[in-house]
Amino acid sequence: MEIVLALGIGIFTASGVWLMLRPRTFQVILGLSLLSYAVNLFIYAMGRLRVDAPPVVGSEAVPDLAQHTDPLPQALVLTAIVISFAMTALLLVVLMAARGLTGTDHVDGDEGE
Amino acid sequence: MTPSWMNHLIVAPVLLPLVASAVMLLLKERRRRAKNAISLATLGALLAIVIALLVQTVTLGFSGGTATRVYLLGDWPAPFGIVLVVDWLSSLMLVLTSIIAVAAFVYSLARWDRAGPRFQALFLLQIMGLNGAFLTGDLFNLFVFFEILLAASYGLLLHGSGAQRVKAGVHYVAINVGTSLLFLIGVALIYGVAGTLNMADLATIIPSTAGLDLALLQSGFAVLGIAFLVKAGMWPLGFWLPRTYAVAVPPVAALFAILSKVGIYALLRVYLLLFGSDVGWTENFGEEWLLFGGITTLAFGTIGVLAARTLSRVAGYCVIISSGTLLATIGAGEGTALGGVLFYLVSSTLGLSAFYLLLELVERREAEASVRAVVEPVFDDEYTGAVAVLEEDEVGIVIPATIAILGGGFAFCALLLAGLPPLSGFIAKFAIIHSLINLDQGIGASTWVFVGLLIGSGLAILIATTRAGIDLLWEPSEKAPPPLRIAEAAPVGLLLLVCLGLMVFAGPAMRYMERTGQSLQDRQGYINAVLGAERKSRGVAP
Repeated sequence: MEIVLALGIGIFTASGVWLMLRPRTFQVILGLSLLSYAVNLFIYAMGRLRVDAPPVVGSEAVPDLAQHTDPLPQALVLTAIVISFAMTALLLVVLMAARGLTGTDHVDGDEGE
Repeated sequence: MTPSWMNHLIVAPVLLPLVASAVMLLLKERRRRAKNAISLATLGALLAIVIALLVQTVTLGFSGGTATRVYLLGDWPAPFGIVLVVDWLSSLMLVLTSIIAVAAFVYSLARWDRAGPRFQALFLLQIMGLNGAFLTGDLFNLFVFFEILLAASYGLLLHGSGAQRVKAGVHYVAINVGTSLLFLIGVALIYGVAGTLNMADLATIIPSTAGLDLALLQSGFAVLGIAFLVKAGMWPLGFWLPRTYAVAVPPVAALFAILSKVGIYALLRVYLLLFGSDVGWTENFGEEWLLFGGITTLAFGTIGVLAARTLSRVAGYCVIISSGTLLATIGAGEGTALGGVLFYLVSSTLGLSAFYLLLELVERREAEASVRAVVEPVFDDEYTGAVAVLEEDEVGIVIPATIAILGGGFAFCALLLAGLPPLSGFIAKFAIIHSLINLDQGIGASTWVFVGLLIGSGLAILIATTRAGIDLLWEPSEKAPPPLRIAEAAPVGLLLLVCLGLMVFAGPAMRYMERTGQSLQDRQGYINAVLGAERKSRGVAP
């Protein structure tokens, strides 16, 4: 499982960085989205990978913490997802405005030479 | 003993603007006066609250006790729950933010609040993000408040719209979203190794890290540091800064002057708390990066200020110079020059804000037509028509002797930023140089370079502002000077008055800064205060 997750994060990051450096605004926003997926997976992995372990203790009087996974990274990921989602939406609006005002989808607002 | 409600003042700088801006979202765009009244009342209350917090800090601190107060949200104990911490540094930053916010907002009442929708709500959210970043005691909430202030700053940067702003906005948003992702990577790495994000808890845990974990932890802090340095505008991460700040409307640019200082604040807080000790690998980790990064930033800013062709670019490079000075001093001083660093931080931030407010007034005579062209609406929703009433104004009391007042203010700002005596900029630079040049231990080559650049950058600012001043104010022009409104002159006056106060009361101010520097080096005091914070009620033991 570790190798799959590591490959996934790596591929997301590589594609994200490449797309972010492209000249079209749509590519930039896709790149940032891919990067944020990579980062979310990465935060998740930092809580150590566990299968079949709930992050919340149940009703037992003295919970056995060895049977549970670390809940904090999951909470962090949730926050990070919401924030990056909102930022992507906001960036989309800015890109639309830029397209409307400059008449091009180049990141610098003009095609250059 | 302070009354119990006083404890809750700590959370007010975050809650108050949040509630006020939420209320204002319910009001229609046409009810501008109600919105402005609510915002002014909120900002006034905030200023009163943060001054009360500052007074509390001073009385607690000078009476021998610890000035660090901790607010446990939801009464969860410290390393697990969310903590807000008020100490010397955060009280200082809160007051600085509030003063600049009041000035920038009053200034915006003259015309800029009508240049786009939801200005007041965004403005207050920005203040909330700033206050939260200065108060929080753990790294993840620092990230959350960074995002809040950034999200608001995206909206504010685009306020007034127009092709220039949107073009700069695309870069600004993309760079900052990327930076936030770096921030998250750093935070995740640190959590993965240390298992905590509470700064006080981290400070106790990380010195004992070793082996492979150490490499991960150090890369985590390095990535986090890059995120802070992008905000602070360190070369080569700060190319976006002058351009972005130049297109923002003046009150927003004035507020942005403190935005770049959030990066510096985060560095000061995290760096001194975690790496200020002499134990093992944490001793001055990454210090040379700050020093040399700061020196190159300073050099870049100096060249930029001389090369800039518009006054707003000059101001942008002044922000870079200010950041470079602060970074290099933090790196060079090993904590000795902290008093000077903080004095410089306060004085240069106030000076830059005043400069941003002033330069639009100064340039208005030349650029009146273009200003009006910029505030054309793009979205034709509810506020069209609001722009049409731009000129007939209820705050339109015209002050005589416009050019004299503008010229005086401009000269004052220029002297302040260049660091010439007798203004507070000079005192700050003198304090920095004085504490760096320590004849007993000999002076390193890097210190000489830094001191030389520090003085050279002042000269460059002086040349650039003199050139612009002669061009814009000295040369006679056929055009009559534009009317100057009280709402525009008063905020600039307020900011310059505070700078003047810093100069006249330099002794007490410097004592406060020195004390702040000591408290930043008293790492154990901070750790004890946060981790030993008492809960209000004790739950039933499990």
